[in-house]
Amino acid sequence: MIIAERKPLDEIKSFVKGLRRVLVVGCRGCVTVCNAGGTKEVELLASLLRLDASKDDLPLTVDEFTLERQCDPEYVDELSDLMDKRYDAVLSMACSIGPQFLSRRYPEERVFPALNTCFLGGALAHGIWAEHCQACGNCVIHLFGGLCPISRCSKSLLNGPCGGSAGGKCEVSKEIDCVWHLIVEKITREGRMEEFSRMDLVKDWRSSRDGGPRKIVRQELLK
Amino acid sequence: MNKALKTKSNLEKVLASGNFAVTGELGPPRSANREEVVEKAKHLVGNVDSVNVTDNQTAVVRMSSLAASLIAQQNGLEANMQMVCRDRNRIAMQSDILGASALGINNLLILSGDHQTFGDHPEAKNVYDLDSINLIRALKVMRDEGKLLSGQEMPEDGRPKLFIGAAYNPFADPEDYRVIRAAKKVDAGVDFMQSQCIYDMERFRKFMKRAVEMGLTERTHFLAGVTPLKSLGMARYMKNNVPGITMPDSYIERLKGVAKEKQEEEGIKMACEQIQEFREMKGISGVHLMLVEWEHMVPTMVKEAKLVPRPAL
Repeated sequence: MIIAERKPLDEIKSFVKGLRRVLVVGCRGCVTVCNAGGTKEVELLASLLRLDASKDDLPLTVDEFTLERQCDPEYVDELSDLMDKRYDAVLSMACSIGPQFLSRRYPEERVFPALNTCFLGGALAHGIWAEHCQACGNCVIHLFGGLCPISRCSKSLLNGPCGGSAGGKCEVSKEIDCVWHLIVEKITREGRMEEFSRMDLVKDWRSSRDGGPRKIVRQELLK
Repeated sequence: MNKALKTKSNLEKVLASGNFAVTGELGPPRSANREEVVEKAKHLVGNVDSVNVTDNQTAVVRMSSLAASLIAQQNGLEANMQMVCRDRNRIAMQSDILGASALGINNLLILSGDHQTFGDHPEAKNVYDLDSINLIRALKVMRDEGKLLSGQEMPEDGRPKLFIGAAYNPFADPEDYRVIRAAKKVDAGVDFMQSQCIYDMERFRKFMKRAVEMGLTERTHFLAGVTPLKSLGMARYMKNNVPGITMPDSYIERLKGVAKEKQEEEGIKMACEQIQEFREMKGISGVHLMLVEWEHMVPTMVKEAKLVPRPAL
């Protein structure tokens, strides 16, 4: 899923400074699962903004609404009645796709991202998420014992580990596992080292962002 | 090993003739001051067969390795131009390879490169389009088959005639895999390899024994990396802070037993003892002296280690 986290409160406050009517919009997709932009987080952010405004005696109204998904026009449409009321600003608590879809559907509104979209990952434990994919568009993890060197090696090496791998950790930080250490362990356990060490892969980055913004068209699904 | 020379490299000639090779290292300045390169070069001329010119080492912006390599060559040295995969994509790297060859560079040493978070521009975007093994293979095809990565062909007289180098690090982890990774570089077509600074001789002997058994030293020249310790403080710092270097306690103990003003001398003595062992070690074709920002000590070092005069071939 997409892992996001809320922007620093001060940054969000700077978005709404001097405004009177603000709508905070949550999303029940990925950001609900990673506790960044679901109903609960919308409620919390709205309360913090109200509290801050009341401290300074500012007339700020903050409304709340959480959509099923912000990355789907069908759900984004559900905001149309609310948007008739016209807000000074809409704070989207989705990944960055959300504010872009809201802006497109409601071009008169000023939409701000309330989250930073961080990476594609999963939860290692409650409250800990880690990057596992870079959406390069041509998955090769089966060649690396089911582990992704593109997203999980700091240098995206296809022939790691580099000379900075020490004690299973990356040279960049002891908080980062050296994925190449894990790959070597896995391949060794599987008894596939001979074949593995002969692999000669040069990545074709066209399927990644490097080929330009990507789009998928599935003819059979078009109405 | 095939003795037919692939390039005009002096280093290649020295190695092919069976001489024990000596390479040095020169770090370009953090400015456009060519005099600094000229000054450093003075200490190395006549004392090494070829000098590595680093490519923004530790991810700190310096004069480009190509420019500093040319200045070194204009001042009597043969450059071994380093190229890291961190800062350029395959277009820029191949282009710089062609340019370097056209300007008379004969040796190119390929590295992944230190991650930019270590350097003076940690906010930079990194590239790593190709990794070091990808690039070694690409360069070999450029040189020997006259083809770019795209398949685009070059005329016979337009091929980059470069002696291809790489690094090997027996001291990083996982230990058992390090020799396999070195073998991948040999398979990719590297002509010579230089190691990280060696202090843990026991681990190094073990590594070389496997490299010899696997036949790697028959296919590629292995040079042993030497950096004399300047002081007890430096030994401690390297033990605790430098990833990919293992420092046995015996080194620290030995320096502890020497008065502070004598530690530099003792460090040189220890390095000479290592070099003596490397001369006799099966599979080792030479030493790579890394006296970074200590270039003026190179003449003393090579004299003490009886590495001069260098062969004129």
